[in-house]
Amino acid sequence: MAYSDKVLDHYNAPRNVGALPKDDATVGTGLVGAPECGDVMKLQVKVNPATGVIDDAKFKTFGCGSAIASSSLATEWLKGKTLEQALEIKNSAIAEELSLPPVKIHCSVLAEDAIKAAIEDYRRKQAEADANGNGTAAAAGEKAATA
Amino acid sequence: MLKFPIYMDNHATTPVDPRVLEAMLPFFTERFGNAASRNHAFGWQAEEAVETGRKQIADLIGASAKEIVITSGATESDNLAIKGVAEMYREKGNHIITVVTEHKAVLDTCKRLEKHGFDVTYLRVQRDGLIDLDDLKRAITDTTILITVMMVNNEVGVIQPIAEIGRIARDRGVVFHTDAVQGAGKIPFDVNAFNVDLASLSAHKMYGPKGVGALYVRRKNPRVLVAPIIDGGGHERGMRSGTLNVPGIVGFGKAAEICRQEMAAESVRIRALRDRLNEGLHANLVDIHVNGSLEHRVPNNLNVSFAYVEGESLLMGISDVAVSSGSACTSASLEPSYVLKALGTGDDLAHSSIRFGLGRFNTEEEVDHVVRRVTEVVTRLREMSPLYDLVKEGVDLKKVEWQK
Repeated sequence: MAYSDKVLDHYNAPRNVGALPKDDATVGTGLVGAPECGDVMKLQVKVNPATGVIDDAKFKTFGCGSAIASSSLATEWLKGKTLEQALEIKNSAIAEELSLPPVKIHCSVLAEDAIKAAIEDYRRKQAEADANGNGTAAAAGEKAATA
Repeated sequence: MLKFPIYMDNHATTPVDPRVLEAMLPFFTERFGNAASRNHAFGWQAEEAVETGRKQIADLIGASAKEIVITSGATESDNLAIKGVAEMYREKGNHIITVVTEHKAVLDTCKRLEKHGFDVTYLRVQRDGLIDLDDLKRAITDTTILITVMMVNNEVGVIQPIAEIGRIARDRGVVFHTDAVQGAGKIPFDVNAFNVDLASLSAHKMYGPKGVGALYVRRKNPRVLVAPIIDGGGHERGMRSGTLNVPGIVGFGKAAEICRQEMAAESVRIRALRDRLNEGLHANLVDIHVNGSLEHRVPNNLNVSFAYVEGESLLMGISDVAVSSGSACTSASLEPSYVLKALGTGDDLAHSSIRFGLGRFNTEEEVDHVVRRVTEVVTRLREMSPLYDLVKEGVDLKKVEWQK
């Protein structure tokens, strides 16, 4: 099975490998997949609470070249997007960009799941903070961005 | 001088030894006769060459030439042995015993026989990959007609106690077949010392050409019969019809002869290379795990799981080295290795496994290069691995609830 140039590129020079502080209130962490499936992706987003825009994204992946490329690409696409825009990212777009063969489409699906999980985690944290009377600025910022 | 890519996948196939190729060539162009042509020199020449090859193959395993049936390869030999015995001994019984770690050529054949009213027991293996002889003894009934256990496993290189299994089978009057593909030519194998009744052999696993194999069929003490699975002309004493692959047989014979003559010295050299590879990896990396018994193992195999790193991504990183992996991503079925699963390895480590198959043409320089490359890539991929992160934080991965 030959890999597409784009997959090889992301594999050899992955974008945004790393970690953001999990306990930071503006960081959302998504951890999807399972070791026994051969695919685990950790995707993190740092959201600007005032604007609701994703300022930074980082990933770590246990998986094949296509899985690594899918998550690397996801972090590239996430930066600069609002949360709403980020939730619109579809696995099919990732698969097309990387020219994934049919047997590897599930890698792009997992990347989409990781994005959603990260954003859900961020929102959950914001909701908890709201409930505790903190982060009203963040909630307001997000509402403004989505209006 | 290193030549790339480096080939370390000798369980999948081997290059044809130059001496083998040289022996084969005249039989394509000058001595091209059909060995069954009884009435002219072309045929007689071909027949003579076939009989020489047959004897060379027999000598490798302590058999007589009359006991060698030429086939298209070990898959066919496995099919012939199992289906041939099943049909021939049907009156006596319908129970077959095999092992979960067998090659698909054996397992799929057994599955087909199950559809035709045969009862198959698939023995489990222990963590080291070996069967428990007591399990085998308990499984034998008075309707058992065949035991089939591979001599050496193609994924983890583990050697089963063939002589003991043969003795048990002989005591109970059950025919014993072994798929000897990965063992013949690499470790000593004598069909009488090991009490073997049928054995499958493959040329392209011992530096011979693809497309030719053999089935050893015992003629004495006791005489074993197999019904043919291919009809048409009655070649190979009625057991396997079809024009013989003369150049292939010549090559197979030469390859077998070279193995017989060079095995003792070669196995010492290759074992040292394998051990060098193993020690090199262990010296450089933590949390790596050898799959299968190191003690009961063929000298050229190493199967290692590199925790927190997935196999296909590792293969991608060492693109100048040809090896294979037990990862689901590298299999056509998208299932992780069933052999590693049977050893109790755990799917996560199965996905992280690499199989190294060293061979006649590998060198110390190549081994050292591979150790370096694997170390580099595993280290890099661990830095990219969320599993490694969790472990560094002190998390027990077995306790994590994964969102699948």
